[in-house]
Amino acid sequence: MKKVTIFGLSFSLPLLLWQLLFFAFPLFFLVALSFWVVENYRMVPDFDGVNWTKMFGRDVFWDTYLRTLALAAGASVLVSILAFPCSYGIAFKLSANLRRLAIFLMIIPFFTSYLVRVYSWQIFLSDNGIFNAAFGLLGMGPYTMLNTDFGTMVGYLTLCLPLVVLLQVFGLMFVDRTLIEAAHNLRCGRLRTVFLVVIPSARVGLVIAALFCFILTFGDFVGPLYLGGGKPPTLSIMITDTTKAGQQWPRAAVIAIVMIATLLVVAFSAIGYAYRKRA
Amino acid sequence: MNRNWLIDWSLRAYVILALAFVFAPIAASFVFSFNADRFPSLPLGGFSLRWYEAIAEDPLVWEGLRNSVVVGICASLLSTALGFAAAYTDFRYRFFGKPLYLALALLPPTIPVVIMGLAMLAFLSRVSLSGEIHSVIISHVVMCSPFAMAIIRMRLSQMDPSLEAAAWNLGAGEWRAMFHVIVPFARPAIFAALFITMAVSFDEFAVAWFVSGLNETLPVRILGFLQGQVSPRINAIGTIVFLTTMTLVILAQVLLMSRSGGVDETPRRQEP
Repeated sequence: MKKVTIFGLSFSLPLLLWQLLFFAFPLFFLVALSFWVVENYRMVPDFDGVNWTKMFGRDVFWDTYLRTLALAAGASVLVSILAFPCSYGIAFKLSANLRRLAIFLMIIPFFTSYLVRVYSWQIFLSDNGIFNAAFGLLGMGPYTMLNTDFGTMVGYLTLCLPLVVLLQVFGLMFVDRTLIEAAHNLRCGRLRTVFLVVIPSARVGLVIAALFCFILTFGDFVGPLYLGGGKPPTLSIMITDTTKAGQQWPRAAVIAIVMIATLLVVAFSAIGYAYRKRA
Repeated sequence: MNRNWLIDWSLRAYVILALAFVFAPIAASFVFSFNADRFPSLPLGGFSLRWYEAIAEDPLVWEGLRNSVVVGICASLLSTALGFAAAYTDFRYRFFGKPLYLALALLPPTIPVVIMGLAMLAFLSRVSLSGEIHSVIISHVVMCSPFAMAIIRMRLSQMDPSLEAAAWNLGAGEWRAMFHVIVPFARPAIFAALFITMAVSFDEFAVAWFVSGLNETLPVRILGFLQGQVSPRINAIGTIVFLTTMTLVILAQVLLMSRSGGVDETPRRQEP
């Protein structure tokens, strides 16, 4: 065991203190906040369960909760399925240089304004937008795409597709190539090989990718609001409305805690499933 | 290997399709920012710079840009410093509770941004730190430092720990070895972390929206535009934002790829 030195502490402590003070503590503070009460538009420290009973007693809250859960779960499945052929192509069908280029290109959008990209999709999806102009040339439409669940999904896809592809690619790169060749040699068909050999071997990467998709979409308010129309809302839209419009921070805190609890349950079950010993 | 020409090429075409989906909104923003028509649609109107002129005359846009630059620079310097220190801690020390330490260091990006925003707003206003430019900086350091740490940690994992020990044996003190061995080795990753964290901060709109009060950053300004009418000005601002962040991210990636020799360099230490 090494001695604790000033040198060591001056490297290990700064981030620890910063994240404890400005990350962990504010999150725990939300729990306390959820028991405070609002009197005359001012928050008063208290220990009152009124916010919890108010929120849990509302049908709107539970409807929104289930809707958000369904949207995020649906997005995880949809994005995973849509991303898989792309990840498979990048991992197995490109030369090393092209693969590096594809990964390079997929990393860029992850750090590039999601907000403006969502706005840009409005140009494509609106009633007089690019897609409907194109459909018009074919004598079809116009279709309503903006302010529908389809719009929300486009937003989710914009948010998650690059990350899901990247995580899936890393999962697929670790698949033992000799297993695939063995399957081929044993006359296993192409699709069967994908489903019986490739997907089970890459399970960890695929599940983690879907999990990140769930986490991101469950908490996103931009896609459902500006492409999905925001009515009915999702939990994140509810938080922004409750905080910004109503000054009801304690009630927003209740929603936030329910969301975090849900994410924890989903994350632990997904990780447990990903690393479970194969039956 | 039995390869099927058709399947191979359709998969490659699918990869291109996916990239097209990802870059379509970025390209559209760029194209329509030069479009003269007020309502963006096809066919395109004439070429025009009027939307750029419109944002150049908007003092709120300039103020937002200035705030974003200040926040971006401060947040990237601070979070890279913190991230480097934590990555070095992980590289060198084994201690009780290390998994918890790493979790705390890497977890913030998995918390939904609205929840982060609410938590930061509630906490910072309680200690009278909210509604100012430094409130945005504080929150952005929380959100950016995990990226800095992950990038630098990846680079340090390629380093032979005995290099540092060799420096000690040759008489260098710990601080000297740090600045003559560790920092030079990690330099490309440190710069990459600076660029990436600046890009993350420059794009972050949700937490900034909650805590910035009247000191709006550029993305918060964009959010304001979005809540109003459709305006091609967003495309013009968007194009500038895209060019800025894409430059930063590309620079970071080039740094990480060239100096570290890409994936060919074998890691000497396994990830835990």
